[in-house]
Amino acid sequence: MSSGEAMTDADAPPRPAPPALAPAAPDPPPPEETSLLPGRVVVTGISGRLGRLVAQRLHREPGVRVMGIDRRAFYGKPKDVEHLRVDLRSKRAREAFRGGDVRALVHMGVLHDPRVSQAEHYTWNVQGTQRLLEYCEKYDVRKVVVLSSANVYGPSPTNPQFLTEDAPLMAGQRFPEMRDLVAVDMLACSHFWKNQQAETVVLRPVHILGSVTNGASDYLRFRVAPTLLGFDPMVQLIHELDVVEAVALALRPGVRGIFNLTGPGEVPLSVILRELGRPTIPIPHFLAEPLLSRLWRWRLTSFPVPEIDYARYVCMVDGTRAHEQLGFRPRYNLRETIRAVLREQMPPPRDRKADR
Amino acid sequence: MGPAEWAKRSLISWIDRRFDPEFLTQLQHLPVQLNEYGYDPFGFSREDIKVVLWFSQQLYRKYFRAQVFDIDRVPDGRVLVIANHSGQLPFDAVCLACALLLDRQPPRVLRAMIERFIPTYPFISYLFARWGQIIGSPENCERLLEAGEAILVFPEGARGISKPFTQRYQLQAFGNGFMRLALKTRTPILPVAVVGAEEQAPAINVKPLARLLGAPAFPVVPTPPFFPIIPYPAKYRIYFGEPRTFLGDPDDDDDVIDSLALQVKNSIQTMLYTGLKERRHVFW
Repeated sequence: MSSGEAMTDADAPPRPAPPALAPAAPDPPPPEETSLLPGRVVVTGISGRLGRLVAQRLHREPGVRVMGIDRRAFYGKPKDVEHLRVDLRSKRAREAFRGGDVRALVHMGVLHDPRVSQAEHYTWNVQGTQRLLEYCEKYDVRKVVVLSSANVYGPSPTNPQFLTEDAPLMAGQRFPEMRDLVAVDMLACSHFWKNQQAETVVLRPVHILGSVTNGASDYLRFRVAPTLLGFDPMVQLIHELDVVEAVALALRPGVRGIFNLTGPGEVPLSVILRELGRPTIPIPHFLAEPLLSRLWRWRLTSFPVPEIDYARYVCMVDGTRAHEQLGFRPRYNLRETIRAVLREQMPPPRDRKADR
Repeated sequence: MGPAEWAKRSLISWIDRRFDPEFLTQLQHLPVQLNEYGYDPFGFSREDIKVVLWFSQQLYRKYFRAQVFDIDRVPDGRVLVIANHSGQLPFDAVCLACALLLDRQPPRVLRAMIERFIPTYPFISYLFARWGQIIGSPENCERLLEAGEAILVFPEGARGISKPFTQRYQLQAFGNGFMRLALKTRTPILPVAVVGAEEQAPAINVKPLARLLGAPAFPVVPTPPFFPIIPYPAKYRIYFGEPRTFLGDPDDDDDVIDSLALQVKNSIQTMLYTGLKERRHVFW
């Protein structure tokens, strides 16, 4: 496993690396390794692929007891992980907090399935998150980590190349179905200000690649990838295990704030598809939209029309803050990150349909 | 490997055989940060610039027969190149970029600020990025200056490039954004005068048509196809001035910043007049 540092050309002469463009190049010593907060950690969405990876990463930490909240079954659950199989919105979710011994909440049970109705999205994401944060306030949970996404900034032709954490969350502008995800992020941010004695961390990772099911990984798993003719935006990727590591870093005492998580670098979309050996079908953008909307209506695709913009415009973020304050370094290089979508790391969850 | 990929590979190898091997090694050492796939964070790629450089070199050397003066004044490290903009078509930017790559030792990549609508158009959206051009936002510019790159700014903007022939070599109003940026990042400013570009497309501006189309100008040239597509082969003379670092508060009043920008404007205007006095003919 190689580190994601120093991506300058091999035969280029050595020169002082400027800080802004190469956040990974000069490695300052990471903040001293303190272990995670001991105590009970509640992880929502634990039965998802990323959730299971987080559970596997956390449950062996000394003093950490992991408790998952997820209505889906948890296959391959480690013995010492508790699983509360309830709906996030139900009153029973409170049971996880009643004991008063919860030290941290990792909220990653965010619903993003374009086929599910907007009402379901809103009650699940906005209400569910609101409830969780209320429990945290009431039962004095001192650490809240919310896994948002860099997609909340939204792709746009007028975006600067790298968006900082202060940039407005504009994803809802062209993609109204994403407004609930923006709302979740904002709820977490307001919890950061409202509940000052708690350490709130909002993580906004770029496209997560790996065995996870999300738009980016699913797209890269196509045998033949449709692209937009004449568009080849730069994209950022991050390995799923690097995200898990960032969650662990965020759980250390003393860490708080909003962090963009960037992976090992930026590449054009075409390079990723070439690395994976995918043949492409370039489609003119004025045809792509009507075509995709028909496929969507006939239920032949799981990609809603506004997601085209992610293959057209840049939506890249500046990960300097996570590098400096969180001490986050991606461990997988670009090639490993891209190839992570090929590996099936875990058996597919069999009861996805039944749980919805 | 698809046919497009094969075509690109063979084009690059064809061009590699035509470039001077010494120049190619210099290109390998361009002060840019490329990742393992050969791209910088803004999408610049050395392979792609080689291709476009081969074609623009023909324009630069054979068509416009550009002559550069005092190019050794271009410093290493971060610099804001401020030039006059003219001629309906942005060949002055092409020639400036060529000058820094072909005539400077060692070569440097000049990154121009492009309009915000460019990313919405197919092909140029990514080709411009591969050639090192960036969307003209202050954040992008600041980031590249921090990384020690050379950035080209035309403070006249569209006012300059679309001005009619009657106003040739009269600098239009300067924006002051570049000066705030220079003050903020302590970047030296390199004034540049491009003589010759102003005659490449002697146009008149049909204002009613421009207003109708919502464009900044509607230029018409005297020769077919009457719309400036093919420039005249005017001889380019590019004068590089002394780099100068300004000091001050980047958040000062517009009046103060404007007066600093005016100093840059005046030095470019002086260089333009000197260049005009020195030249014997528009075309040679």
